[in-house]
Amino acid sequence: MSASHITKKLAVLSGLLLAPGVALADYALNMTQGVTEISNDIYDLHQLVMWICTIAGILVFTVMIYSLINHRKSKGAVAAQFHESATVEVVWTVIPLAVLVAIAVPATGVLLDIEDPSKSDVTIQVTGWQWKWQYNYRDEDLSFFSSLAADSNEARQLDADPSLKVKADNYLLNVDKPIVVPVNKKVRLLLTSNDVIHAWWVPEFAVKRDAIPGYINESHFTATKTGIYRGQCAELCGKDHGFMPIVVKVVEQAEYNAWIKSEKAAIAAAAGDSNKTFTHDELMAKGETVYKANCAACHQADGSGGGPFPGLIGSKVATTGSIEEHLKLIIVGKGIMPPFGAQLSDADIAAVTTYERNAWGNNTGDTVQPVAAKAAR
Amino acid sequence: MSDHPTGIKRWLFTTNHKDIGTMYLWFAFTMLFIGGAMAMVIRAELFQPGMQVVNPNFFNMMTTLHGLIMVFGAIMPAMVGFANWQVPLMIGAPDMALPRMNNWSFWILPFAAIMLVAPMFIGGDFMAGQGPAFGWTFYEPLSGQYDKLAFFIFAVHLLGFSSIMGSINIIATILNMRAPGMTLMKMPLFVWTWLITAFLLIAVMPVLAGVVTMMLTDKHFGTSFFDAAGGGDPVLFQHVFWFFGHPEVYIMILPAFGIVSQIIPTFARKPLFGYASMVYATAAIAFLSFIVWAHHMFTVGMPAAGELYFMYATVMIAVPTAVKVFNWVATMWKGSMTFEVPMLWSIAFVFLFTIGGFTGLMLGVVPVDFQYHDTYFVVAHFHYVLVTGSLFAIIAGVYYWLPKWTGHMFDIRLSKIHFWVSAISVNILFFPQHFLGLAGMPRRIPDYALQFTEFNQISSIGAFIFGGTQLLFLYIIIKCIKGGDKVSDEVWEDAKGLEWEVPSPAPYHTHATPPTVK
Ligand code: HEM
Ligand SMILES: [Cu+2]
Ligand SMILES: [Cu+2]
Repeated sequence: MSASHITKKLAVLSGLLLAPGVALADYALNMTQGVTEISNDIYDLHQLVMWICTIAGILVFTVMIYSLINHRKSKGAVAAQFHESATVEVVWTVIPLAVLVAIAVPATGVLLDIEDPSKSDVTIQVTGWQWKWQYNYRDEDLSFFSSLAADSNEARQLDADPSLKVKADNYLLNVDKPIVVPVNKKVRLLLTSNDVIHAWWVPEFAVKRDAIPGYINESHFTATKTGIYRGQCAELCGKDHGFMPIVVKVVEQAEYNAWIKSEKAAIAAAAGDSNKTFTHDELMAKGETVYKANCAACHQADGSGGGPFPGLIGSKVATTGSIEEHLKLIIVGKGIMPPFGAQLSDADIAAVTTYERNAWGNNTGDTVQPVAAKAAR
Repeated sequence: MSDHPTGIKRWLFTTNHKDIGTMYLWFAFTMLFIGGAMAMVIRAELFQPGMQVVNPNFFNMMTTLHGLIMVFGAIMPAMVGFANWQVPLMIGAPDMALPRMNNWSFWILPFAAIMLVAPMFIGGDFMAGQGPAFGWTFYEPLSGQYDKLAFFIFAVHLLGFSSIMGSINIIATILNMRAPGMTLMKMPLFVWTWLITAFLLIAVMPVLAGVVTMMLTDKHFGTSFFDAAGGGDPVLFQHVFWFFGHPEVYIMILPAFGIVSQIIPTFARKPLFGYASMVYATAAIAFLSFIVWAHHMFTVGMPAAGELYFMYATVMIAVPTAVKVFNWVATMWKGSMTFEVPMLWSIAFVFLFTIGGFTGLMLGVVPVDFQYHDTYFVVAHFHYVLVTGSLFAIIAGVYYWLPKWTGHMFDIRLSKIHFWVSAISVNILFFPQHFLGLAGMPRRIPDYALQFTEFNQISSIGAFIFGGTQLLFLYIIIKCIKGGDKVSDEVWEDAKGLEWEVPSPAPYHTHATPPTVK
């Protein structure tokens, strides 16, 4: 451990003793101020309440410590026998009440700003899935999934090489496909879930809202600074709850418009893939990518499964069973396996089916083309 | 009088409040170590970023079982153990009002505990983790995905039976069996807090039983209470759960308030400053605890009016809580204090519980809770109130009454080491978690981004020290049971209360003829 590292550690320890709110370079001790008006208001409110508590604590503890030092038998203190005093008791009931009112008034103001349903510029539907997010730009007919970046995913495996975490770009806080929103525009989020409850949280926007199956929750933010903002799922949603981050890119309006355009072009291109014929090798390569991003979380990268998740090596569905059934299973799901029909294209489904039927020694030799996936829907 | 059975039969068939109290306390202690071992697994996994020790599902199983075991296996049974031992001694009753039911309420517990952890051991692969892994709050629809749910549900049912029977017994004892002259407003504060706690238990345990039964029928009998696809409502689950859950946290703290309210006056040699206001504050907290439940669900998307109401009601709890703290401080003020081991733990309780109370107030402020909710800040809050609150009071109570129970003084030197190491390490363990939460680390995650490393390491080191030190506690207790300096009947200089008028160790039957209270 280098000397500077030790000094830093000491600095943290002394930081623990100092009043909270002291910011130290690497060690975030306090809440972020964030990049929206509301996140700033919340930060101010947090500071207010924290300082009120700190001061109240110092007052109470000072009296107590004074008493502990001076009113001890070893110093010859003789116990007074007073007790009950209506005046004292009324005073110490009324003072906390007054302090609470002083907190409640600004808190009410901020809350009403947060729950403001007025018109927004961009509306994104956010759907939680075990364990990824789906974003649907309501005005643009644009929808995609966003899951943990591949390098983080590799590094977070139980037997992974420890250096991978350091090499990974923003370990655990990076996704394969971030959402993009314009700066200084009110973005409305409509949150729901496809399976269990998740919560969409980006600290810099001070937005944390549950995504609940059967409900559509609303929230909004207006980012005032361009940049990349990261968050995580905040409600326990099962095995990989810790591995479904959120990344939001806030950009200038023009850049946003360009991004929308290129996304739409890409979708149009992918739609064409449904009728294309691929070689076996192309399908295997694409299939492996799709498998790692969508299937490996449960069935494992080596197809071995584990716990309630069946292994796919030599399994009936992936070898001797019919291709049709295999496709159907992927499209509609089964038990706790979610349906992938909505999130994967025909080409993706065909590729991953091909991959599962040939990887890990399954060697069926089958090649499944997108038209077959389209027909199985 | 000495014809009671011996050996294993004594414990199986006993209807004696002291035997049953002892069993409750040992059960709780065992669970403390099992739950504690799980916490060590959690802190070991979180010592560094990356997955090193267990897989994510096993990690979730550890957090789930740790929470459930500590709440239902350690804290609650320990408090009932104190009630069994102390309520009859303190109100001058020969035993509990319903001794056979008392036996039954205890003996249900070990079976409930086995039912709870049994699924862990099903199937060949231990690390595959077949136990419950949906958090101690078992939110639907996540818990509904778990295929061995029935084990969990029946364990909860058994725990509920046990608690309800225990509470009925405590209420019946306190209301009917007080010594002549002991009016309600002369009862020791510990007895008062347990009376109120018992009513809380009777009110909310059936709600808990109801919610798990709804889960059971959803899972196995085709209903859709909580399943949106069948027209049910996942948020309803949370309302029902927290209608139980918030009073539940007060069930765990009110008897703790009672214990420290006995100890502080003894060692300050001064009566409790405001006895009546302490009783009223306890009742006020109990009442308020029924109308604040949704402060655990601010992010589910309630209407603004609902959020405002639950914020106002929640922060109101700070008032009676503050009154309690002021009363303890005023009791110390101008006292003649000595710092015997139970007093040390009680003073630490007042300091550290107060910190937990402050963070509770902060969490009650809705807009800021949007940032705090489901982060390590909440974890820090509830461990300050439950570990340095409830658990510290339990340890204080054990040191306070153990000499009365065994007739021996415990090893004072070792117990002071136990205190100081615990009091320091518990802060190393939980204080940094405030910073982690504020910096944005969600709770219930097995792995974290690199910027959270340092504080997690500090926290884990604190955890290993705190956990290890509790083995010393076990040693001190066993040593004290086996022998030690004989104590007087009074045990502590000038201690007031009926329990100090019976011999030390307290004989098998006490107060056979009721004492008279002036
Ligand atoms: C001044 C009194 C208190 C207030 C105002 C208060 C407020 C709160 C609030 C608002 C939350 C929810 C935070 C969130 O999830 O975002 C919370 C969580 C919690 N509190 Fe307190 N609290 C107080 C005292 C206590 C006490 C005395 C206990 C128990 C001994 C306790 C135990 C808990 C527990 C266990 C949780 C977390 C539950 C979970 O989500 O797992 N609190 N508290
Ligand atoms: Cu989650
Ligand atoms: Cu609560």
